[in-house]
Amino acid sequence: MKIKTIRRSADDYVPVKSTQESQMPRNLNPELHPFERAREYTKALNATKLERMFAKPFVGQLGYGHRDGVYAIAKNYGSLNKLATGSADGVIKYWNMSTREEFVSFKAHYGLITGLCVTQPRFHDKKPDLKNQNFMLSCSDDKTVKLWSINVDDFSNKSSSDNDSVTNEEGLVRTFDGESAFQGIDSHRENSTFATGGAKIHLWDVNRLKPVSNLSWGADNITSVKFNQSETDILASTGSDNSIVLYDLRTNSPTQKIVQTMRTNAICWNPMEAFNFVTANEDHNAYYYDMRNLSRSLNVFKDHVSAVMDVDFSPTGDEIVTGSYDKSIRIYKTNHGHSREIYHTKRMQHVFQVKYSMDAKYIISGSDDGNVRLWRSKAWERSNVKTTREKNKLEYDEKLKERFRHMPEIKRISRHRHVPQVIKKAQEIKNIELNSIKRREANERRTRKDMPFISERKKQIVGTVHKYDDSGRDRKRRKEDDNRDVREE
Amino acid sequence: MSDKKTGHRPQLKERENQSKFERSVHSNNAGNTRNQTKDKKLRAGLRKIDDQYKKAISSAAATDYLLPESNGYLEPENELEKTFKVQQSEIKSSVDVTTANKALDLSLKEFGPYSINYAKNGTHLLITGRKGHVASMDWRKGQLRAELFLNETCHSATYLQNEQYFAVAQKKYTFIYDHEGTELHRLKQHIDARHLEFLPYHYLLATAGETGWLKYHDVSTGQLISELRTKAGPTTAMTQNPWNAVMHLGHSNGTVSLWSPSMPEPLVKLLSARGPVNSIAIDRSGYYMVTTGADRSMKIWDIRNFKQLHSIENLPTPGTNVSISDTGLLALSRGPHVTLWKDALKLSKDSKPCFGSMGGDPHRNTPYMSHLFAGNKVENLGFVPFEDLLGVGHRTGVTNLIVPGAGEANYDALELNPFETKKQRQEQEVRSLLNKLPADTITLDPHSIGSVDKRSSAVRLNAKDLAQVTMDSNNKVKTNSDIPDVKPDVKGKNSGLRSFLRKKTQNVIDERKLRVQKQLHKEKNIRKRNHQIKEGVISEDHKDVIEEALSRFA
Repeated sequence: MKIKTIRRSADDYVPVKSTQESQMPRNLNPELHPFERAREYTKALNATKLERMFAKPFVGQLGYGHRDGVYAIAKNYGSLNKLATGSADGVIKYWNMSTREEFVSFKAHYGLITGLCVTQPRFHDKKPDLKNQNFMLSCSDDKTVKLWSINVDDFSNKSSSDNDSVTNEEGLVRTFDGESAFQGIDSHRENSTFATGGAKIHLWDVNRLKPVSNLSWGADNITSVKFNQSETDILASTGSDNSIVLYDLRTNSPTQKIVQTMRTNAICWNPMEAFNFVTANEDHNAYYYDMRNLSRSLNVFKDHVSAVMDVDFSPTGDEIVTGSYDKSIRIYKTNHGHSREIYHTKRMQHVFQVKYSMDAKYIISGSDDGNVRLWRSKAWERSNVKTTREKNKLEYDEKLKERFRHMPEIKRISRHRHVPQVIKKAQEIKNIELNSIKRREANERRTRKDMPFISERKKQIVGTVHKYDDSGRDRKRRKEDDNRDVREE
Repeated sequence: MSDKKTGHRPQLKERENQSKFERSVHSNNAGNTRNQTKDKKLRAGLRKIDDQYKKAISSAAATDYLLPESNGYLEPENELEKTFKVQQSEIKSSVDVTTANKALDLSLKEFGPYSINYAKNGTHLLITGRKGHVASMDWRKGQLRAELFLNETCHSATYLQNEQYFAVAQKKYTFIYDHEGTELHRLKQHIDARHLEFLPYHYLLATAGETGWLKYHDVSTGQLISELRTKAGPTTAMTQNPWNAVMHLGHSNGTVSLWSPSMPEPLVKLLSARGPVNSIAIDRSGYYMVTTGADRSMKIWDIRNFKQLHSIENLPTPGTNVSISDTGLLALSRGPHVTLWKDALKLSKDSKPCFGSMGGDPHRNTPYMSHLFAGNKVENLGFVPFEDLLGVGHRTGVTNLIVPGAGEANYDALELNPFETKKQRQEQEVRSLLNKLPADTITLDPHSIGSVDKRSSAVRLNAKDLAQVTMDSNNKVKTNSDIPDVKPDVKGKNSGLRSFLRKKTQNVIDERKLRVQKQLHKEKNIRKRNHQIKEGVISEDHKDVIEEALSRFA
């Protein structure tokens, strides 16, 4: 007779020394793991509750902020923790985000700072002595563009006590004079050109005092300009005639113009998909466009109850942040039309600027009240160093939350946000308005069968200058229609 | 879908043991919905989930090769040898010393008969003598943890979430003791309990007995979750289905009923014997149930479709206890006999348990092992988790029989750990409390949570109806008219609330009484205020600022 029994020697399983880890054998046989799904659901529910408990989005403000509203923020693409802000009283401050203190502040202009950008390292390629130096460009209502040197080493010897002496002119490198007030500025990533908006859209070379070329198309004001960071010769501008114009600097000409029903306040290119960009519109929405086909938007981001003033892409390219005149900040996933998050505080006024930090972990907002606020992009996340176990747990929780996100209880908890009463009320009123418009349209459609159906993603578009071929299906239908016409004739 | 696209997807090798890890068929029809849907994005998402699932199954199956231990066995070397003829003494002499030492034999002649209960991870043994002797011990180390002489009849006992707590069904009430044997709770709602079961993932203690009520008590919060009237007289047998936490009760009319705490009616009723049901056992996968009755029958059921697989009608004497091991061995006790069968839980005719070999017919499922407690009677039996042992409680003590191949060789340390340290036990307790499942999620299909309700939308409650139902129940609480109104004008003595309180029993504090007390307090305050206004101490529109500010916390 062959006999064998289970022989588990305790020596193999029980640690001999107190410092030794005990043996943790696994057996993945599902029979040993009853209620697997129900237990995972409970874990997901707990993780969701914890996420909401840990959701403390506001980190703090930078220094003491500005004395006037912050209407320009420029991020330094080459550095994680540096940031420039410009305010309505003409002061520009350069910040260290890790200490939340300013490196330096300039009394830069005599008017509102309308545009600000930190240049990229290649900006001064031609001058070897200026390599690896940081520069900043600012433009203002006072008809000047100024180039600033912002090397951190230069400021390190200054104590923070003379912060108030804002008449610092030391960093000024060059002044460019224009004929009219400037609005919006952006520098080329690869060479020493930069573009300014205003009455005209001008292209400048940093080594020349007069603009190199004028790209204007139409007569209206340009409110903002933005270079594409991947396809570096592409430039987009927004105008006060509700237009968005795309330019190609290789041909030195505009390529496409699209007019919408309301004005676009800001524009931001997708850093990962260089042909896509998102616009912040006055009609409370942000729109996501593909520059190859501007006859429709890829997505519409709704939820704000007042004009969207600024929009910025996360460096990962899958999320955007918007700041609005309704005194709130919202974060959207690019493939989802409603916000996943709303940030607000009692003291924050109309938000004019929002930017993602270069590591996608923080959001910086500038508002009318002069404060520059620092937020977490994921409200429940903490940036401290984590142990491997902690990291694994958080990753597991993320996965669970994703897996059970459609369960009613989890959905309810994870979606719940405190929204200020003003916004709540405005939402209600807006809903009533929209519903009445919808109802009116439905009533009209009942009697007019041939009334064209315009999709939500096309509604805001008045027209484009260069027309696009419609999709294949539409073309086919049109051909059939033509044939029918011929037959009828 | 084009072939080109499928070409990019990872081709996974099908493993032969993969079916063990796959989800049961009835909940796995994602493939169908994927083909049905026209939504391109949804289809892509579903395909992605499908691929992830396949990958997970395949890699889980791959870990089977890494398991450190292998199951035990008892195999004849030639046709003349029969495994059921092997005596315990022979086994003891041929196995290693540590295993032989585990074949515990406690001789306790005074307080018997004894029933046994092993902790979920097999480290501790709880024995209950009918005449009031209860002992909890670390049986492998031979350490006694608690010993109680209760001087009253004890019917059954069970460990709760770990070996730190145990519940004992005594003559009238059920009590909870801690690891030292200190009485912690007297569960006065559980009267005349005869059977105790603990649902470890729900933290529920279920009791049934002479009263015919099945009661669920949440031991983490101390609340009685539900009381279910079986309407079938005294409960003669009880066991839990470890797969879905449904309680199986055996009744004296031969029926087995399945209960979940959220349903006042049994989920299922089966007629399983022509006399009282003596014992029920369910295997750990929740597929099979074995019952034995006083009518000398033993029946094997497939409880996925509630079909009888085998029925043995004419046992020599009625079976008193049945049990199923982790590996699917079936143990039956009748009087002094303990008989075990292998492969009895199968549909084929060959697997029907038989007693003798009947002339060496190879197509008969002869007993795997048997044992006789001469001149004794078996009280109850249970397989020791993760060991090749069968614990037997009998009239004169407790014995562990060595049954090679009975136990699961490879335990999962994150689930149940027979070698857990004190720290690990504490952490495990906290973790299991955090993941405690709500009592009302107990259903026949444990995977129903998180899956789509495929009934037609007409049958389901829609969002509006659901809102109505919840609103109604909320309003019911608000407009509860079972207590008198607040009437400040009536003299204090004559207040309706007061006389109501007088009528209620003094020492019972329930939700309604608390409500009455609150209303009474409110009434008193209003009366006091009215009095003060009358006296002119305060004006008509007097407002107590502090009172008002604090009232929100009331």
